[in-house]
Amino acid sequence: MSLLKIEGLTKSFGSLMAVLDVSLDVAEGELHAVIGPNGAGKTTAFNLISGMLDPTRGSIQFAGHDITRLSPNERVRKGIARTFQITEIFPELTVVENLRISVEVAAGYRMRPWLSRAQTAQVKERVEQLAQRVGLTAKGGRLVGELSHGDQRAVEIGLALALRPKLLLLDEPTAGMGDQETEDITALMHRLHREEKLTIVLIEHDMPLVFKVADRITVLAQGQVLAGGTPAEIASNAAVQAAYLGQAE
Amino acid sequence: MRRIAILAGIWALLTLAPFWLPLVGGYTTLGTRVLVLGLAAMALNYLLGYTGVLSFGHAAYVGLGAYGAAMSIKFLGMGALQAIAIGTLLGALAAVAIGPLIVRLRGIYFSMCTIAFGQVFYFIAFRWNTVTGGDDGLGGWKRPALEFAGYKLDLLTNDVAYYYVALFFFALAVGGMGLLLASPLGRVQLSIRENERRARFLGIPIERHILLSWVVSCLVASLAGALYALLNNFADPRILRWDFSGDLVIMAVLGGMRSFWGPLLGAAIFVVLQDYLSSVTENWMSFIGLFFVLVVMFFPRGVLGILKRAR
Repeated sequence: MSLLKIEGLTKSFGSLMAVLDVSLDVAEGELHAVIGPNGAGKTTAFNLISGMLDPTRGSIQFAGHDITRLSPNERVRKGIARTFQITEIFPELTVVENLRISVEVAAGYRMRPWLSRAQTAQVKERVEQLAQRVGLTAKGGRLVGELSHGDQRAVEIGLALALRPKLLLLDEPTAGMGDQETEDITALMHRLHREEKLTIVLIEHDMPLVFKVADRITVLAQGQVLAGGTPAEIASNAAVQAAYLGQAE
Repeated sequence: MRRIAILAGIWALLTLAPFWLPLVGGYTTLGTRVLVLGLAAMALNYLLGYTGVLSFGHAAYVGLGAYGAAMSIKFLGMGALQAIAIGTLLGALAAVAIGPLIVRLRGIYFSMCTIAFGQVFYFIAFRWNTVTGGDDGLGGWKRPALEFAGYKLDLLTNDVAYYYVALFFFALAVGGMGLLLASPLGRVQLSIRENERRARFLGIPIERHILLSWVVSCLVASLAGALYALLNNFADPRILRWDFSGDLVIMAVLGGMRSFWGPLLGAAIFVVLQDYLSSVTENWMSFIGLFFVLVVMFFPRGVLGILKRAR
């Protein structure tokens, strides 16, 4: 069953067609990678899906509902969480404080001027769970602004996971990372996908990683879908090789 | 443990102020002034330091509180408690009316709009002579006695009693703000200060939370204004003007806008310097200005920031 269904999505900035007539289908439980050269419209597509931008044309269906015109926070409530190309976290707060905010918002406590003892305990337990899931238990008391790039990424993914999303959008999660950090994030994605059956859409430039983790791949070029299919299909697609893989590798 | 000890120390100092102030060359009314202006600066900082939104128009709410209290005493013959309540409510109502118009604005645009709305109230007070006393301010009234459940406490000739009335309201407001900041609601505000985009994509309706923070902040500022009018037995149009908003920002930044108690310390420094310097030189403001510039340049976290780092 398709969880995310995009039809004819178009976004123009003046005369520039950033995204042109893009259609995309993401099945439940799928890890779907979106690749393409710089300026292909990948991040714009993410911004349209998450509600940061309004499309010029086209529709976005999520879990059977039309979400094309919903605000970002309405989309979050429907179950779409995202990370950003440049990590967006709460730098002057600790790891635990970062996660706690997201956990409390997800629990619907955002307007609460107080919590019961039981609620506080529940929040604490959930924060500990999340810290463990993203591998930050030992760094819970550290300010996230002082963490390594890779750990900051993990915090951001933790913030998104706290929302218990049905769909996780990851915008270049390994950009600018060292080998070990890339491996950690890859392992985390693998776990989320294989063990927790989370649906993930991933923008990524690291081709070996994409071909290793993705179930399906969509290739964008100049705002349009160039090809779509399984990693094997994409690897053998002549148009893709000409437009992208040949040039990137 | 350490936090509790510090809190206990602060409250002990505040509670005993009328006793220790004369020993260090101060006087009770000076203490009340610090308390009341400190409350206004802490209210401003609830918005600035803990939601990340700079208002340059808080004078308007301090002023509305002051005029609300002054008018209800002068024209309606209200008691002290009722006058303080009415002043506070007046300012809060204005904040509820104006807030929705400005919460979508960010940064400098928000600050400019708060100045603009603030100046509207200043000109009303300045021009509407018959009601507000215009340029001369609203005098001709004295702070009434406190009447509660059959008890009557004279405040006019008893500065110490008025200090404790002010401290009572201070404790109420500061306790309230402190509890809010320690709650999920307060943490959501903090997340907006830290990273608005991230907060929005956690599903937080940013504008609604800024509005809430704005109203709480203005309500407390109005309370401070009402207390200030009763302290002076006078409502001064100058506390409605934008440069008084600037004084509040200076107090908050001077003391440390990332600390809850910083603005109170800032207000203490500001008021004491003003009290002392203005008896020495007419240009007292240039010295405060110089001090402010030095603090901002070298200690962006304010005086309390220095103290915190030193320990």
